Amino acid sequence: MRGNAAEHELVAPGSLPAVLDLLANSPGQWTPIAGGTELMVAFAAGRLTASRLVSLWGIDELRFTDARPDKLIIGAGTTFGDLRANSIVAADFPLLDKAASWIGSIANQTRATLGGNLVNGSPAADSSPALLVYDAEIELISVRGKRCMPYSEFHTGYKQNAMTADELLYSVHLRRRFANHRQYIRKVGTRRAMAISKVALGATALINDGVIEEIRIAAASLSTYPARLVKTEAALLGHSPCPNLIDIARKGLLAEAQPIDDIRSNAQYRKSVGANLLEEFLRSQHSESAVQ
Amino acid sequence: MSAATKIQLNVNGANLTVNAPPMKRLLDVLREDLHLTGTKEGCGEGECGSCSIRMNGDLVNSCLVPVLQAANTKIETVEGLACDGVLHPLQQAFLQCGGAQCGICTPGMLMAAKHLLVHNPHPTITEIREGLAGNLCRCTGFMRIFESVLSAATSTTQETHAR
Repeated sequence: MRGNAAEHELVAPGSLPAVLDLLANSPGQWTPIAGGTELMVAFAAGRLTASRLVSLWGIDELRFTDARPDKLIIGAGTTFGDLRANSIVAADFPLLDKAASWIGSIANQTRATLGGNLVNGSPAADSSPALLVYDAEIELISVRGKRCMPYSEFHTGYKQNAMTADELLYSVHLRRRFANHRQYIRKVGTRRAMAISKVALGATALINDGVIEEIRIAAASLSTYPARLVKTEAALLGHSPCPNLIDIARKGLLAEAQPIDDIRSNAQYRKSVGANLLEEFLRSQHSESAVQ
Repeated sequence: MSAATKIQLNVNGANLTVNAPPMKRLLDVLREDLHLTGTKEGCGEGECGSCSIRMNGDLVNSCLVPVLQAANTKIETVEGLACDGVLHPLQQAFLQCGGAQCGICTPGMLMAAKHLLVHNPHPTITEIREGLAGNLCRCTGFMRIFESVLSAATSTTQETHAR
């Protein structure tokens, strides 16, 4: 059953205040649509339940990057193509740069926005592991004002998030403090372009004198929503990335991960690959320590 | 329910007005309202690239663009490639190198290739592969398509690609 355009209302107020007014005046009535790379797929398949949509495309107040000495602020309407072309993202947040290159294809990167990826909240979202291991903050906006929260608290369940009905995701804040961190990200999918992850894993770690002083690990498709593997992180903190710790890390991830079986992969494979990716990260740190 | 709305577009240089529901896919507006059937629908999910067009100089999948979001934009489709009956160098190269077989993917391949060459007139084969990674072909095995783009890139100038 194909979607019928006449059954869906779409408006383009054209400015951020006008969109926020619309959301405030009839909360829960309007579904924001940015680049359409998710909602238009649902529409074409006749699966789009939203009957009233408000366009965020072309709203300049949401499409920006603001580079400050201590942090980079990225507007929610920034596309993945914008991120790939941004030299500060490439230099300071290489995992996000890499994740942006994973999004679909050039035609999808032109339209898909960072905010759309996060609000859609797919457990397989490409940008989420990078933002989680960079300890991103997010900023929400409504007619009532703005509020910030750790990105790690944004997702609350499968495709559920902490936004209220009158709010939009406004921006993502990344602190520029990862120059000395070891950084890792890898996606395993069916092909390089146009493939949704079977599993992806990102990590950042600060290792001093051979001891892990700070570590963040996050994965795509290892839980019902994008999240860090905090128990596995805790098991590794304060230790040296030696072969013995790799065993602890693998067991920690296998115990903590809660993937599902679906059309793209199965839970057991996802767990095994997740453990392999974490091992690859730690093993590379162990060999680097040995060289130093 | 949503009434049809007048929406202005510039398609291949011509200023046009369509009367369509705002959620109607740009792909369907091109094919049904403007009878520009060169742009094809493959998957309808933004995964195959058959419906690739350029919108304000960006490569997009027209199946994922509600026409309201294309209002007042400059649209380039495969119909705009040939000029006064003379094929674009990419079209010529696809013919010479056997880059087209069944033809469903070809308009999207041509538009993605044009987009690549506008930004990178002399791409490597790796860059061609990435530029066309969002376009699927089930006939050629891709090699002849990559060779077509390489051939067009080596035989022409940037000014020609921007045409």
